[in-house]
Amino acid sequence: MANRIPRVPAREQDPATRAANFKEVCYGYDLAEATAEASRCLHCRNPRCVAACPVGLQIPDFIAALREGRLADAAAVIARDSSLPSICGRVCPQETQCEGACVLGVKGEPVAIGKIERFIGDWSLEQPGTPAAAPAPRNGRRVAVVGSGPAGLACASDLAKMGYGVKIFEALHEVGGVLVYGIPEFRLPKERIVAREIEAVKRLGVEFETDVIVGRTVTVDSLLDEEGYDAVFIGSGAGLPRFMGIEGENLNGVVSANEFLTRANLMHACDEAYDTPIRTGRRVVVVGGGNVAMDAVRTARRLGAEATIVYRRSEAELPARAEEVHHARQEGIDFRMLTNPIAVLGDERGWVRGLRCVEMELGEPDESGRRAPVVKPGSEFEIACDAVIMALGTSPNPLIASTTGGLETTRRGCIAASEEGATSREGVFAGGDAVTGAATVILAMGAGRRAARAIDDYLKQK
Amino acid sequence: MFTILEKRLLAENIYSMKVAAPRVARAALPGQFVIVRADAVGERIPLTIADYDAREGSVTIVVQTLGVSTRKICALEAGEALADFAGPLGRPSEFVHLPVEELQKRRFIFIGGGVGTAPVYPQVKWLHEHGVGADVIIGAKNASMLIYTEEMRAVAARLYIATDDGSAGFKGLVTAQLEALAAAGSRYDECVAIGPMIMMKFVALTTKKLGIRTTVSLNALMVDGTGMCGACRVTVAGRTRFTCVEGPEFDGHEVDFDEAMRRQGMYRTQEQRAAAIAAERAAGHQCKIGLDR
Repeated sequence: MANRIPRVPAREQDPATRAANFKEVCYGYDLAEATAEASRCLHCRNPRCVAACPVGLQIPDFIAALREGRLADAAAVIARDSSLPSICGRVCPQETQCEGACVLGVKGEPVAIGKIERFIGDWSLEQPGTPAAAPAPRNGRRVAVVGSGPAGLACASDLAKMGYGVKIFEALHEVGGVLVYGIPEFRLPKERIVAREIEAVKRLGVEFETDVIVGRTVTVDSLLDEEGYDAVFIGSGAGLPRFMGIEGENLNGVVSANEFLTRANLMHACDEAYDTPIRTGRRVVVVGGGNVAMDAVRTARRLGAEATIVYRRSEAELPARAEEVHHARQEGIDFRMLTNPIAVLGDERGWVRGLRCVEMELGEPDESGRRAPVVKPGSEFEIACDAVIMALGTSPNPLIASTTGGLETTRRGCIAASEEGATSREGVFAGGDAVTGAATVILAMGAGRRAARAIDDYLKQK
Repeated sequence: MFTILEKRLLAENIYSMKVAAPRVARAALPGQFVIVRADAVGERIPLTIADYDAREGSVTIVVQTLGVSTRKICALEAGEALADFAGPLGRPSEFVHLPVEELQKRRFIFIGGGVGTAPVYPQVKWLHEHGVGADVIIGAKNASMLIYTEEMRAVAARLYIATDDGSAGFKGLVTAQLEALAAAGSRYDECVAIGPMIMMKFVALTTKKLGIRTTVSLNALMVDGTGMCGACRVTVAGRTRFTCVEGPEFDGHEVDFDEAMRRQGMYRTQEQRAAAIAAERAAGHQCKIGLDR
């Protein structure tokens, strides 16, 4: 029986070595390993993995094609539903999506769908000049896409495949959004993977213009009225980093994870050849438990710091991908669960010298369904540190909503959009973190793809 | 790439550069800034807009060489190009949204200190073009460090010059000049001060005493300039604000200048080290004490 074969482990860099470099942690499967892992799939009649995938990848189909050695077919199956398999294979929270639904996981280990997807995606990138999908003949309509992150890239490539002329406007100097400024090299290699996935989008005929801040340099209205676009998709991402609002948060040495990671990733501050400075400190505390917190703490570790995670709930509630938490532990990250900062402490020069915290315990479930952390009375204590990184999520950037006529926002300030991406403004669509608040690459990609279909429907009727 | 159309030396280590940036030129308003990156390995740094011409598609910036990045920008000549020039960023000055009749009733005093004189110019020019007169004080260390005097004279109602050593105009700081004007009977409703943080701090203290509403433009550290990083946080009226998206202009009487000045120095150690390495490299010197590592 196929399910007697144990899950094929993916080779990884040794933890002690990788804690001092930025090379990718996981080497992934080779053909033999991927094929062996593919043979574990039971090909369920009602594949729960497909239902659990935000973009509905036909998982059993690409696994079957791989097992039979038809790699091009496997790649084609994925390309129908996803434009970024090498990226999603690396950064999706598979344990709560496809792999979490895999029948094999009930009694043993689920099929390593993410690692298989990654293998096929990487194989595909290696095939010169054969785009997974060819651009369609131009239909004469033009769509502007705001933001070159996962939502924008997915929306743009689908629209290009349908024959639309697409231009992506990016605020930063480099395209890729969170894939470039947020997720570190050791989790998602920039040149080998991200740049090539973007290259593939360019081959579909999608154009890019960097240094354009929609809401400032141009507006959604000017794109529609003056530049002649027939529709606009807003995939502008998450927004402004949140802070706790505690005393001492503006001391020198306290930064947002966004700032820390942007310096390290987008600006290459860890590389002497680049001009942007970064300050890590000797003892760093990262506040938060999501993927961004894990990325920040592991980056700090790689820059030589003693690095600690402080999280107010327990390990079971950590929102980060299980693999990242596992890798972080292996790399020597100290985890302090059920701990919440109440003040940042400074020295006489205004620099961080520590973090005052309280211990928490889990009480009744809150609106998120998770048990709410409550303060243990009299549990105050201090952690000595010389840098604090706040990884508490983001709040919506009001820039586009406030400069676009008739664009409604939700109570939380996100752009209000239907499941298909339609906003309150005709011809304007939105998706990804700009609509949902900080979420995942795959959800943003799914939203971008649904919006592409909705834009197509809208423009066909117009 | 954004081509430098024109470059001028305004004073020692202060250059103006007219840059071809049609989109920025079309959208720019007084009070806004740009993020500039000299080359592919450069830092993103915020610089104030000194002038813009939508028809020509050009934006003028004034840069003082302070560190590695500003030096790199200033080393470029006309005909060469900046890698990135993104903007206009920040909120425009409040007055551009107000009715002109309302503005004509207000008595404005603008104060520009050093290189901060440059971003004062588009504000005074805008008011001038809308029929609103404004007085201006320009301050500098000495006569040779004064910039934008002729441009300003053309748009200001009255122009006052203050130098620390008295080599031009009033001898003393801009705050002393302002107090002298007040003592002589000049009355103002609104002050806009742009310059070094320490100057803005003392202007705000002075205008508080004189009862003049005051706006300052903060030059905080930034990475992206679009609200994403939070490096530019500043405390205004006890609340944390992001300079890039909520500023750069704030109520000068509410800004925590001491914190803002401290935060500006957050990367000073790294910057000094980078400057030392750059100087060594420029001298063709192989570092033996490990500064380049």
